Amino acid sequence: MTHAENIANDKNGTALPRRTGSSNGSDKTEPVLRTEGIVKRYPGTTALDGVDFNVYPGCVNVLIGENGAGKSTLTRILAGIESPTSGQLLLRDQSIAPASPREGRALGIGVIHQELTLFPNLSVSENLFTGRELVSGVGTVQHGKQKEVARTLMARLEQDISPDTLVEDLRIGQQQLVEIARALAEDVSILIMDEPTSALSRAETEILLRIVGELTAQGVAIVYISHKLDECLRIGDRFTVLRDGRLVAEAPAQDVSLAWIVENMSGRSEGALFRKEARTIGEPVLRVENLSLPRPHGGGYLIKNVSFTVRAGEAVGIYGLMGAGRTELLECLLGMHPDARGSVFLGDRSLAGLRIDERLQAGLALIPEDRQRLGVLRNMSVAKNISLAALSRFTRGPALSGRRENREVWRMIETLGIRVSSARQSIATLSGGNQQKAVVAKSLLTQPRVLMMDEPTRGIDVAAKSDIFHIVDDLAAQGMGILFVSSELKEVIALADRALVMARGRLTAALEGEDITEQHLADASVIAPSTEHPNEQVA
Amino acid sequence: MGDHTQPVPATSRRLPLRMWLLQSRAYLALIVLFIAFSLLTPAFLTTGNLVILTKQVAINAILGIGMTFVILSGGIDLSVGSVVGLCGMVAGWLLTEGLILPPFGVSIFFAVPIVMLLTLVAGIAVGALNGWLVTRLGVAPFIATLGTLYIARGAALLISDGATFANLVGQDDLGNTGFPALGADTFLALPYPIWVMALFAVAAAFVARKTPFGRQVYAIGGNEKAAELSGVRVNRVKLVTYMISGLCAAMVGLIIASQLVAAHPATGETFELNAIAVVVLGGASLMGGRGTIGGTIIGAFVIGVLVNGMVLLGVSEFWQIVIKGAVIVLAVVVDQWQQRMQQKSLVRMQA
Ligand SMILES: Nc1ncnc2c1ncn2[C@@H]1O[C@H](COP(=O)(O)OP(=O)(O)OP(=O)(O)O)[C@@H](O)[C@H]1O
Ligand SMILES: [Mg+2]
Repeated sequence: MTHAENIANDKNGTALPRRTGSSNGSDKTEPVLRTEGIVKRYPGTTALDGVDFNVYPGCVNVLIGENGAGKSTLTRILAGIESPTSGQLLLRDQSIAPASPREGRALGIGVIHQELTLFPNLSVSENLFTGRELVSGVGTVQHGKQKEVARTLMARLEQDISPDTLVEDLRIGQQQLVEIARALAEDVSILIMDEPTSALSRAETEILLRIVGELTAQGVAIVYISHKLDECLRIGDRFTVLRDGRLVAEAPAQDVSLAWIVENMSGRSEGALFRKEARTIGEPVLRVENLSLPRPHGGGYLIKNVSFTVRAGEAVGIYGLMGAGRTELLECLLGMHPDARGSVFLGDRSLAGLRIDERLQAGLALIPEDRQRLGVLRNMSVAKNISLAALSRFTRGPALSGRRENREVWRMIETLGIRVSSARQSIATLSGGNQQKAVVAKSLLTQPRVLMMDEPTRGIDVAAKSDIFHIVDDLAAQGMGILFVSSELKEVIALADRALVMARGRLTAALEGEDITEQHLADASVIAPSTEHPNEQVA
Repeated sequence: MGDHTQPVPATSRRLPLRMWLLQSRAYLALIVLFIAFSLLTPAFLTTGNLVILTKQVAINAILGIGMTFVILSGGIDLSVGSVVGLCGMVAGWLLTEGLILPPFGVSIFFAVPIVMLLTLVAGIAVGALNGWLVTRLGVAPFIATLGTLYIARGAALLISDGATFANLVGQDDLGNTGFPALGADTFLALPYPIWVMALFAVAAAFVARKTPFGRQVYAIGGNEKAAELSGVRVNRVKLVTYMISGLCAAMVGLIIASQLVAAHPATGETFELNAIAVVVLGGASLMGGRGTIGGTIIGAFVIGVLVNGMVLLGVSEFWQIVIKGAVIVLAVVVDQWQQRMQQKSLVRMQA
């Protein structure tokens, strides 16, 4: 058990114990960047309330807190994207007031944002240099040089991505890496990473963590925000916890444990771990037979001969590495890829030839992986986002019944714990994790027979994650079939009655009960398909 | 569950005054114009003038209503001006020459309500063509409706070989008299076009705000992919928005032909620009997903009052055009400004 140091009134943070035994930067106790009494108010919310945050050089400064605690808001203020309602920023004891991201960058503060900010229609190298193109003497862009730098950066990130690839052709995890590369291309002394690993696979995460180590060794201060607490504990040098916009605790790594974090984050002690309940498994509700999806260009298959069933009351998890074809599999089931082959049955009904809306009507639902692109409607309110997929349930005659809609929306807001100041608030004003919860709510409201979830807990805090686990468990207990994709071993183990593993478009394992172990899952995810099926050709 | 989620107490539900002023700027502009013209010229604030003004407003407002749906869904309809012309000609043709059935060599004449109905159907059909091009063939809305702009205008000219159908009063023996009433007669002291505008506005506002269809139009304009994954039938909804726009344009075609008691194939040229202007003045975003029917009506009144007032003041016609353009640009600039203030953080949240 460790004790939290409430330093809310300690302006300089000098009272903090020095970190000893650290390999990097432990001798510099003076923060390079400090905030003093930062307050940020939005209509209806106080996002930050007198925050004194210290960023130490050569350290990984971990910033944690529940969804909506104010982490991203603080990030945006540090980067000059937003200005605080009151309070000030001190860079090496000099008061600064960056008024734009450009000014922030000029001061050596770089950010990797929670939501991707790339230009999908531009190439990787163009994205890396937008806003600060390498320009020749006559004012033309030096594409050659940019590509060279891009190639080096991609090599550093161990990615086999050509600088000419359009960003829209990359998987979301790869896009995240490009975003990271963009920050690396700049010369920064403070790098803020807002949930950089939420879309990354394990291997990609390792690469990122290695780079974080390299940067801190060079003396760069990293501000690291993540809901993956084991990751934070592994690399963090200093921990700061935000709760409801207030800084509630700050401590060096040796004083920090998982229990400390959870207690400070939510103000409640670590709850009982989620426990799968024994459920009665019923008839098959979803049957997939020999599903294949040809690659759009270049031949070969994204998905090859996949067959499985999901039964009522059962949660089936699909594990695999990024690019294994899991997202595409769910998309095929929903009818998003017209050239998919094979058959899909929902109950006894074949879904062949049905449009997306007809499949949804028939009882499928999908919580997509890429919430910004496929999940949220930024022009609409939280309530309208949540009710959109279930409008037919709220329709009386020609018109929508506002009262019923409102009631159901609030039921979802409460069960999922979505932090809103009003249901009519624009969804774009919610924190990343709360937007994700709203997307989950939208699908749940349709009361599907089979709920498909693609990385459903991406960006969601620990408490809410276990809430969502419980909800999924309840739904399964009521007889819904659940099919979910996850890159987190623990999530698959905790939630799945049965686990399927995909590698390079094929099913490589189907595990049940006690057999679902980290070892089995990980092993099956790297099986080379050619050894499994020597007779079949895969590109 | 949910104990970490008390709704954050609202510090203040009221908007700051500045925001309020910005948000209601269209109303304020209208009121200011109204007061200014009333003071500047006694001819402005007379019942007669106001009725004339509203009749003029009705044309842009009705076109703007249809255009609002299209723009909300992220599209644009450049064909409405031509559809106005085409539908006027369809009505004129049905009234004067009837529907010719070649095999029998006879033409059938319809009563005025049937003529109107057929004309509206013709407008909806052009809208359906637009929608079909956009959704099935994947033509960009700007290009598709630019194409139908020419096609519909050409068709209008072809109907009469470029001639005007004059004197659309109908003939007693054919049983098709009464067409001019739409443009000239009144109900409860208000001319029919004003009633039509009111009817269309109320119906459209209801559809936009209270029906699943309306909600889905906004959803498509906001994020088409996400809307599709939420079960919205994107293609069908878009198709219907173009059909609504076609219907509105046909209605305007009828009103104008009836007011003039004649149908001329060049009627409605550049009306599409006015329609877009009133929608934008009303606060809609050409990117889709943002705007209201009420805003569009206000926008139509702002333009209408401005033009009417300037005419009364004797401002030269050329200056009127310049000022109209300046007002539109100003409106968009102020709108951008408001968006920036309101969403400064929002836009940046993803930036
Ligand atoms: N533009 C805005 N308008 C209104 N409220 C806002 C706005 N931006 C943020 N908020 C509110 O401020 C609070 C803090 O949000 P923030 O994005 O900083 O949370 P976070 O800690 O990053 O959460 P997450 O882990 O979910 O990303 C939330 O309640 C959010 O709804
Ligand atoms: Mg955040």
